[in-house]
Amino acid sequence: MLELATFSLLNGIVYGLLLFMLTSGLTLIFSMMGVLNFAHASVFMLGAYLSYQVGLWVGFWPALVIAPLLCGLVGAGIERYGLRYVHKSGHVAEILFTFGLSYLIEELVTMIWGRNAVANNVPAAVDFPLFTLFGSTFPAYKGLMMVISVSMLVFLWLALKRTRMGLVIQAALSHPSMASALGHDVPGVFMLVFAIGSGLAGLAGVIGGFMLLTQPTLAHAVGPIVFVIVVVGGLGSLAGAFIASMLIGILQTFAVAIDYSLVDLLRALGFVITRSTPSYEFLSIKVATVAPTVPYLLLVLFLIVRPRGFLGKRDV
Amino acid sequence: MSNTRRPLNALKIGTVALVALALLPHVPGLGSDFGRSLLSQMGIAVVFALSYNVLFGQTGLLSFGHAVFFGLGGYVAIHVMRAINHGLPLPMPLVPLAGAAGGLLCGLLLGAAMTRRAGTIFALISLGVGELVYAAMFMLPGYFGGEEGITASRTKGFALFGLDLGSQLAVYYLIAAWVLIAAGLMQAFARTPVGRMCFAVRDNAERAEFVGYDTHGVRCIAFAVGALFAGLAGGLHAINYEIVSADAVSAQRSGTVLLMAYIGGAGHFAGPILGAVTLTWLQTSLSGYTSAWLLYLGLFFVLTIRFAPGGLAGLILMHGPIFHTRSFRRVLASYGIALVPTLVMACGAVLLIEMSYRLSTQPELGSRMRLLGIAVDAASVWPWLAAVLMLAGGFLGFRGTWPRVASAWERASEEAGAHRAVEAS
Repeated sequence: MLELATFSLLNGIVYGLLLFMLTSGLTLIFSMMGVLNFAHASVFMLGAYLSYQVGLWVGFWPALVIAPLLCGLVGAGIERYGLRYVHKSGHVAEILFTFGLSYLIEELVTMIWGRNAVANNVPAAVDFPLFTLFGSTFPAYKGLMMVISVSMLVFLWLALKRTRMGLVIQAALSHPSMASALGHDVPGVFMLVFAIGSGLAGLAGVIGGFMLLTQPTLAHAVGPIVFVIVVVGGLGSLAGAFIASMLIGILQTFAVAIDYSLVDLLRALGFVITRSTPSYEFLSIKVATVAPTVPYLLLVLFLIVRPRGFLGKRDV
Repeated sequence: MSNTRRPLNALKIGTVALVALALLPHVPGLGSDFGRSLLSQMGIAVVFALSYNVLFGQTGLLSFGHAVFFGLGGYVAIHVMRAINHGLPLPMPLVPLAGAAGGLLCGLLLGAAMTRRAGTIFALISLGVGELVYAAMFMLPGYFGGEEGITASRTKGFALFGLDLGSQLAVYYLIAAWVLIAAGLMQAFARTPVGRMCFAVRDNAERAEFVGYDTHGVRCIAFAVGALFAGLAGGLHAINYEIVSADAVSAQRSGTVLLMAYIGGAGHFAGPILGAVTLTWLQTSLSGYTSAWLLYLGLFFVLTIRFAPGGLAGLILMHGPIFHTRSFRRVLASYGIALVPTLVMACGAVLLIEMSYRLSTQPELGSRMRLLGIAVDAASVWPWLAAVLMLAGGFLGFRGTWPRVASAWERASEEAGAHRAVEAS
């Protein structure tokens, strides 16, 4: 039991950190530009594919750097040649534009790498047991994931709060016309922010690619969960996104491991439940079966109890 | 003046639509079972897209989970159909009403919580609720049948006046009748006071609230109305296919209806109709030829957002003011000239896309293929070179001919402006 709990917790933290890496880029773009990027999960998927492809050519460690940079370039291109023009038609048009892009990226990936999953295996460099606990091993690549995501978070925070560049970014985003009047290149800053956010998604993709299957449906598998995190954490709040990512990561990992249903609970409490009990089908759903819906259940719960999310400043 | 004209207009449009819908399945080309089934699909899509636009175009609620109500309405309808099969004395043509009731009920329940927020957060919530309902389908296979879905027969059981839905033609007429009723009701809803308030809430919720309206209530009503008609469309779907599966509530379907409404033009009542008909037609005709259908759809959508935010309806209406000017012919001629490089560019793109798809997704079919009637070998370099040249050349040609279109437009709108000034004086 303790073994199960420890490993579920560790895996939950790893999954939560992965989700947070993904969400942080999205939150960054949203809180700064007000654009909800529906193509974010698609860029994540692109990161997974690019790291696989580049890894085949030059090996894992260079791919870890090159793939996110390429994703950043893609993001810059999306902002420069697409979003910038759609911007004047309002936020709905921006959301829809990125939504359309998510269709396009999924199909482009299919076009290049095919419909089936590619063999994006854990590279040999990080495929060894890091430590052994209760007779089970914890793989090194998960450790690497934790290191990368935590250092990324620290770096991001320092870059935004402690550098001149970060100050200009913050100024350009809160008072664009003023910053522009002072001689800063505001459209350039917007492009940079979009590129950084996309690069973060790409970095998450490099690592997420091993954990999840690298296939064209990958974006749809994580996309909705990421958006739930944004809502539950509070729209635009990085810290809230962190809490929500960890919560969902851990809850979902634990739920997968629990093979009981409400029937078992009620029986343990002394109720007599048979197949003819009303709504038996509903009661007999195993917790593990519900696991994929945990984020969405949480969303509905928050909607009713605390619509602004964990750290949201207002009811958006 | 306008008050006396409007109902007459509605009557006129209604009559024309009635006659057109009655004659369509006998038009050559659509007279086959395939054509009638295509028309039936279009009818279902039209009701669904119109119901979506009650949320999107009218109330400003961008939903990514509208298929939830389509699907749940469909499930209610298919269960009612099963009950009819087992002896419930209800005429089959009224089954869509059951779907509508199901949609309305779910819309009220979910909508009350979902519509507390508008804007971006509503979009995210609708996405999450859509995923939740989709996942629930597989958890409760007894009610929803999981992947295989629930089946029923539309011909077995109680028949009113011996009416029988055995042929595709009969199904089409049933769907057409419901399309007319639903479209009329939705148009009427837009003219009710609460329907008008939806526009106000869309444009400026804060102001509407200050004037004393309950914006959450208005959104909730619009949401429920949209869900009602989505459920009706789901009921029609159940009758047409005699099966409803989890696919009916999928994110894919929610996305498709959004694309239909937007590509058609969300700002005009006829827009979603146009979008639903166009996309259904493209889908059935293209998906037979190409596996890249979704890529074309995505491209079409992104280009619409980027270059024609008003959708197809917006593009057509744009020509209203200059239609009667003398320069209009010049505009048409400039379109004709610009069309040539556009087609070349499109052919290049299609060639590239099709060859890549063949190589990556269907390698078992080999690299030789026929495109637009020409034999092509995707393994050799020449077709790729030709495609790139066509794409680049077409693009340059398009850039070259575009100023002509722009200047023709300018002249025409100047003329239209002068015309209007003369009329006003």
